[in-house]
Amino acid sequence: MSMISIRSLTKTFGTVIAVDNACIEIRANEFFAVLGPSGCGKTTLLRMLAGFEIPTHGQILIDNHDVSEMPPNLRPVNMVFQSYAVFPHMTVLDNVRYGLKVTGVAAKEARQRAEETLEMVQLSGFGSRKPEQLSGGQRQRVALARALVKRPKVLLLDEPMSALDAKLREQMQLELARLQEDVGITFVIVTHDQDEALSMADRIAVMNDGKVEQIATPEELYESPASRFVADFIGKVNLLDGHVVGAGTNTVTVDVAHLGQVSIPHQGHASGTVSLAVRPEKIRMDSHKPDSALRMNGRIVDWAYYGDSSHIFVQPEDGPRMSVTIQNETRTTIENADRGDHVWLSWQPGDTLILDR
Amino acid sequence: MESYHRNRRLFWLLAGPGSFWLLFFFLVPLGIVWTLSFGEKAVIDGQISITETEITWTLANYLRALADPVYLKIIWKSVWISVFATLLCLLIAYPVAFLISFTSPRRQAWLLLAVILPFWINLLIRTYALIAVFRTKGYVNFTLEWIYNGLWLDHLFGAFQPLELLYNNFAVVAGLVYVFMPFMVLPLYASIERLDRSMLEASLDLGAGQFTTFLRVTVPLTMPGIISGVILVFIPSLGSFLTADLLGGTNATMIGNVIERQFKAANDWPFGAALSFLLMYVTFGALALRAVISRQSGMPA
Amino acid sequence: MRLMIRRFWKRSDPLDYANRLWMKLFIGTVFILLYAPVILMMIFSFNDSRRNIVWRGFTTKYYEKAWNNDGLIDAFVNSLTIAAFNTVLATLFGAMIGLLLWRFRFPFKSAYDGFMALPIVIPEICMGVAMLAFFSRIGWPSDLPWPLNLSSIMIAHIAFSFPFVAIVVRARMAGFNRELEEAARDLGASQWQTFRDVIFPYMRPGLIAGALLAFTLSLDDFVVTFFTSGPETVTFPVKVYSMVRFSVTPEVNAASTVLVLITLVAATFMLRFQRPQEAGGP
Repeated sequence: MSMISIRSLTKTFGTVIAVDNACIEIRANEFFAVLGPSGCGKTTLLRMLAGFEIPTHGQILIDNHDVSEMPPNLRPVNMVFQSYAVFPHMTVLDNVRYGLKVTGVAAKEARQRAEETLEMVQLSGFGSRKPEQLSGGQRQRVALARALVKRPKVLLLDEPMSALDAKLREQMQLELARLQEDVGITFVIVTHDQDEALSMADRIAVMNDGKVEQIATPEELYESPASRFVADFIGKVNLLDGHVVGAGTNTVTVDVAHLGQVSIPHQGHASGTVSLAVRPEKIRMDSHKPDSALRMNGRIVDWAYYGDSSHIFVQPEDGPRMSVTIQNETRTTIENADRGDHVWLSWQPGDTLILDR
Repeated sequence: MESYHRNRRLFWLLAGPGSFWLLFFFLVPLGIVWTLSFGEKAVIDGQISITETEITWTLANYLRALADPVYLKIIWKSVWISVFATLLCLLIAYPVAFLISFTSPRRQAWLLLAVILPFWINLLIRTYALIAVFRTKGYVNFTLEWIYNGLWLDHLFGAFQPLELLYNNFAVVAGLVYVFMPFMVLPLYASIERLDRSMLEASLDLGAGQFTTFLRVTVPLTMPGIISGVILVFIPSLGSFLTADLLGGTNATMIGNVIERQFKAANDWPFGAALSFLLMYVTFGALALRAVISRQSGMPA
Repeated sequence: MRLMIRRFWKRSDPLDYANRLWMKLFIGTVFILLYAPVILMMIFSFNDSRRNIVWRGFTTKYYEKAWNNDGLIDAFVNSLTIAAFNTVLATLFGAMIGLLLWRFRFPFKSAYDGFMALPIVIPEICMGVAMLAFFSRIGWPSDLPWPLNLSSIMIAHIAFSFPFVAIVVRARMAGFNRELEEAARDLGASQWQTFRDVIFPYMRPGLIAGALLAFTLSLDDFVVTFFTSGPETVTFPVKVYSMVRFSVTPEVNAASTVLVLITLVAATFMLRFQRPQEAGGP
């Protein structure tokens, strides 16, 4: 059963379509991420869930109630803001119990609940401090406690890690995941950071230009992207243009300029001009001609060394430059190749995807 | 910023003329008034002189201002009129400033210009323009009469009796609000504009309604602007001379008018000086209060 | 049916206050009340009636009358002369103090800051009587030939207007990137060349805005001038004041309209220079 039902949701600002006919079902207790480049409409979507923007068309159901036009203060959702929005004129404790106070929870209960929640985010003992005496990470915990103390049905997080440094971000990601399991409520997080979404979320909606491109688990998104955009946005990908010349049961034959005619396993319909997509780490690099239908040779033109892996750019005689990721499995892996070397690239048909152009 | 040690010659060159001017043509004159406030009219040849003043370090002028019921009453009335005008300014200016800071940046610039523009129009002319509005045959009464006659009320209750809007406390308060409104809008705008919108959203998100959000988040967070605005309107209101002079007539005299009378018609400079310094002390008190409050709230005013 | 209702009573976004009807109505009313008196005054300066409340037809005869009123014209010339002197000196002093406060750290700086703000914060009438007492105490000659007989008013005007210029200049300089100056020095410019070629061009919009502010402050001032002027040294606002004391006449409306227009032109220029990014300046 869905906790949140987003039905044909559209929001326009003047002539700009921020969110275009989005349909998303989010399950109870799910850690759901909305991922996309900046300006893709993901924040507008989240703000409509919170009630800060009223949809132009469509509906939002939370726990089977239509909340599309419900004022934000009446919705059973709470939000952790990108800037945290911790009230500077209140102490930490006052911040956390503010939401209880204004909705008529008795003072004694409010205090107790606030203190429990502060403990949960490891801030017990910070109650009497003012926000300006806290670090960025601590302020975020206050924002988190302030939202969780209300026991919302859904917790919304707007780019919660963007203001934290890399180390703290990783720690906070783990902690958020732990918290979500502990409190057992639905989390909806908006982010532009694919690592964040892939590592934390149960499912991810990828948005581009106001439209939802794909909703899937992290594995599916990476291994079976539904569109060129998703393939390109999540991870790195090599794209080769070709056109379909024939189709069998579960396979498609594509004519690619630099490869010739190749058969690729593919479910569903494909015709006309398509792109073959292959991830850099799925490609093998050899010095002699491999035994594979999907192969090409070229010259190493550039090399980026990342320690655990290396990224190599290979320029075939004709066609687009290919990128290849190799694991630096031994200390001498990188010594076996150099700029200017002729190499062969090959990969398995099963690792190849067919995407509409 | 660098220490003045690094370039003493430039430092003194820049500081010189302005400091000199302010010292001799501002601080010295104020000092003269200050000493005058402890003086009394000189007695020359057994007669009280009209023009000469003797500094005897008496406190009689201050005592007279604070003990004489006539003047005490005027001081209190000035304070109340100013307080009332300031509050009215705040009530009107807050929604205006609020709306301006929530509209698009392009419109903001135009609306701010519209707020500032009257500030450039001569104070005397703006005050004078109000006379034509409020007098017995002014625009307000003219409009009221038109409505009155339009509703056939003159047939029922007889001819329209114009309202006496001028030369009373009402006219003075209205004049002060009219004249000092920009002083209130600008600091309020500055602080509301700086207010992080997500603070308001967070409050709504946590279950507070619009009104609770306003009282518990918006007002406390814009308090520096409110205090600045209140002081910027209260000080010139309390010291105003022209508004009460033109709109208040004899019924609505304020401290400023008493001071003017002492220095001009009544020719009692020591007493006028004492009153001016009372006004200065109140001003400094208000400014000190603002400094203390803004330091306590930890926010720049 | 439900859809119909929703379309008509579309809720606006909760923070979209600027589009609420009652807010618009309120601000509209406030602006009308703020402008109506002055605009009515300006309109009725062209009204062919002494009672000047009902429109009796267009005329410029009150402008002619004001033009032929020697006292009014003399006062006007006095006002412009004072404003001109004030603009030059107040801008100079104010710019220097503004640069000083922007540039240097020195002992008791915040006290000095407060001292500079004094003429701005104290009630005008206190400054007015202080000037009156000062000039009579030191026996400033009052029978000097024109325009020296205006010197006491000029002195008072400079004293209260240059701190405003200092604030404007300092605010302008606060946005100055000190690295530009360091770059100039690095490239071999002397301190004076750096000032002339880098700092001054940046300061110029602030300087012009400050000068226009000083001009309008002087032209508009009534209270301080009222206490420093003598029978021979009447300025325009003081003259208007003495006319207003008698009655509201269309002639005063006409004279006031002229003054309002002059200050508004100055204000328009000033606002253009205060927003150099909009005016396309440096």
